[in-house]
Amino acid sequence: MSTTNPPLPEFDVDPRAFRTLADAQMGVELDTGDMILNLGPQHPATHGTLRLVVRLDGERVISADPVIGYMHRGYEKLVEFRTYPQITTLINRIDWLSSFANEVPFIDAAEKLMGVDAPPRAQYIRTILTELSRISTFVLFLGEMGLQVGALTPAFYGFRDREHVVNLIESVTGGRFHPNFNRVGGLKDDLPWGWVNETRTVLKKIYDACDVFEDLVAGNEIFAARTKGVGIIPPEIGAAYGVSGSNLRASGVDWDLRRDGAPYLVYPDLDFKVWTHPDGDSFARYWVRLQETRESCRMVLQLLDALPSGPIMAKVPRIIKVPAGEVWTEVENPLGQMGYYVFSKGATGPFRVKIRSASFSNVSILPWMLRGVFVPDVITILASLYFILGDIDR
Amino acid sequence: MSSSGAGAGSRSSLTDVTPPDSGESPEATTSTVVEAAAEIPDPHALDDAHAELLARFENELGAGVLDTGKAFGMPIVRVQRTEWRRAAEICRYTLECDFLSFVAGVDWMPAPKEGGDDAGGDTSSPVQPTETTYGVTGSDGRFQVFARVQSTSRNYGITLKVDVDDDALLVQSWVPVYPGADWHERETWEMYGFVFDGHPALRHLYLPTGFEGHPLRKDYPLLSRVVKPWPGLVDVEAMPGGDEDAAAEPAVAEPAVAEEAS
Repeated sequence: MSTTNPPLPEFDVDPRAFRTLADAQMGVELDTGDMILNLGPQHPATHGTLRLVVRLDGERVISADPVIGYMHRGYEKLVEFRTYPQITTLINRIDWLSSFANEVPFIDAAEKLMGVDAPPRAQYIRTILTELSRISTFVLFLGEMGLQVGALTPAFYGFRDREHVVNLIESVTGGRFHPNFNRVGGLKDDLPWGWVNETRTVLKKIYDACDVFEDLVAGNEIFAARTKGVGIIPPEIGAAYGVSGSNLRASGVDWDLRRDGAPYLVYPDLDFKVWTHPDGDSFARYWVRLQETRESCRMVLQLLDALPSGPIMAKVPRIIKVPAGEVWTEVENPLGQMGYYVFSKGATGPFRVKIRSASFSNVSILPWMLRGVFVPDVITILASLYFILGDIDR
Repeated sequence: MSSSGAGAGSRSSLTDVTPPDSGESPEATTSTVVEAAAEIPDPHALDDAHAELLARFENELGAGVLDTGKAFGMPIVRVQRTEWRRAAEICRYTLECDFLSFVAGVDWMPAPKEGGDDAGGDTSSPVQPTETTYGVTGSDGRFQVFARVQSTSRNYGITLKVDVDDDALLVQSWVPVYPGADWHERETWEMYGFVFDGHPALRHLYLPTGFEGHPLRKDYPLLSRVVKPWPGLVDVEAMPGGDEDAAAEPAVAEPAVAEEAS
């Protein structure tokens, strides 16, 4: 097979011909039609199956339309077919990075309707595990946000440090991501032996890791250039869209349901600071979450010092039958306001549950936010809003 | 059920064998009931900020308020259909409720059990009462839309409800007041079929385009349970050591409320 390609026929090239051709192209009106770019549904920057249909004019976004529902599991329908103790298994899967925090408001709703109060020790352990969920969620964010703007190293730190916290949660509940640990009236088990000291050690690690993230990511010039002034949410617009949690506090709104909402768990007994940032841009959202991680570490240390002894379950009937009525419970989840509006008709299961998840409203502002930004900033804004697809699609 | 509270969640219902609202018991017990009420505060009572919010809202909307109630410290107002958007405007611009929590719908019809509970299909789900009852502020018909707004500066919130006409299924949209109502109303539209008057584009949000039916309505079956009966009860076999009684009766049949775990 030693065939050779035939040689090209000889021809003369007139250099002026090309110049004329180029001139002809320059002379006509440039066609700058809009381009439609599909981000997702499987895009590394979208944390799951969020699809963004972005209409572009050059590098600039004209309009963006998030297409959700690829992971819709219909929890609001499914819970109508289950009993109260079964439902905690489902709602674990709403925001899977902070599953324990999802269970708390729902159990709180059932307990309010039944008139049951969980014993103090159970309340303390719930608060500790809720704050640990917040830490594990935020530490992952602190690393992953770096990844989204092009820095690979912080992501490894984020996963490494989260592992410590997830191991703690696993050693109490038996589940790394889906603990299903809350019961109506208390908790499934008590803390294991030696857990408190182990937690103190881990909290010190996390607290030090926050300094690393502050230097490595927040103190990085490139990171600041990519995030400062990008994706600004004005406070009044954010609130009208239902944006909550750290995203709203990064816009200067001093509103935290742990302090300002109806009292729940043992937050009224805790001494903590609510962090806000006046800028409202992507950097502010990063900075607020960084401070809140530290604040959560301080809170858990306070809780461990004050942890009372006693039972972990209140006296409840063997079969949970919730009296008729309706109740709204809301808590400050890592991603924002999480709430359940439960209608009960006196059966073993709820009649209707409205699940108010934080990411759903946080992402609904995207069409407003993305108008006019550049394509690379789209990724930064998505990352800084920090949503979980299960929390959007429910 | 239109009165507020309606005995829901009263703290004596757990330990007492008799339901709390059986007031026609002998007079001797009334004194103890009064004592119990004195030491346990009403769980539904509004604090000062919420009571003031409710009073101001009623004052602003006037005749548009159909009914008011409260549930666990949360004021609930049922407004007239024609005043739904004005209620939102009052909340946002007068009462400083700048934060939209959610907009959602509810179907008060009991889920039909075709052929009874033992006609195959789903036997494991909780049995709901078959009579139609409504929430705290009542309802005119089968469908309601309810929404919650809150204030980030004054730390209060209010739940608003509006009845939906069973024939027209038309509700005023909140999008001009709260832009965040956009997605919530799209979800409610596809889940219940309510049309929001004034919404810019009622497109499917979760469900695929062209989906037929309204899944959160009570007469829409949970298809997975229709196709295949829930295997949970089938799998239950008697333990080798006996315990036939526990296996024979389904877990949902007439639970003993007074029975307590140790």
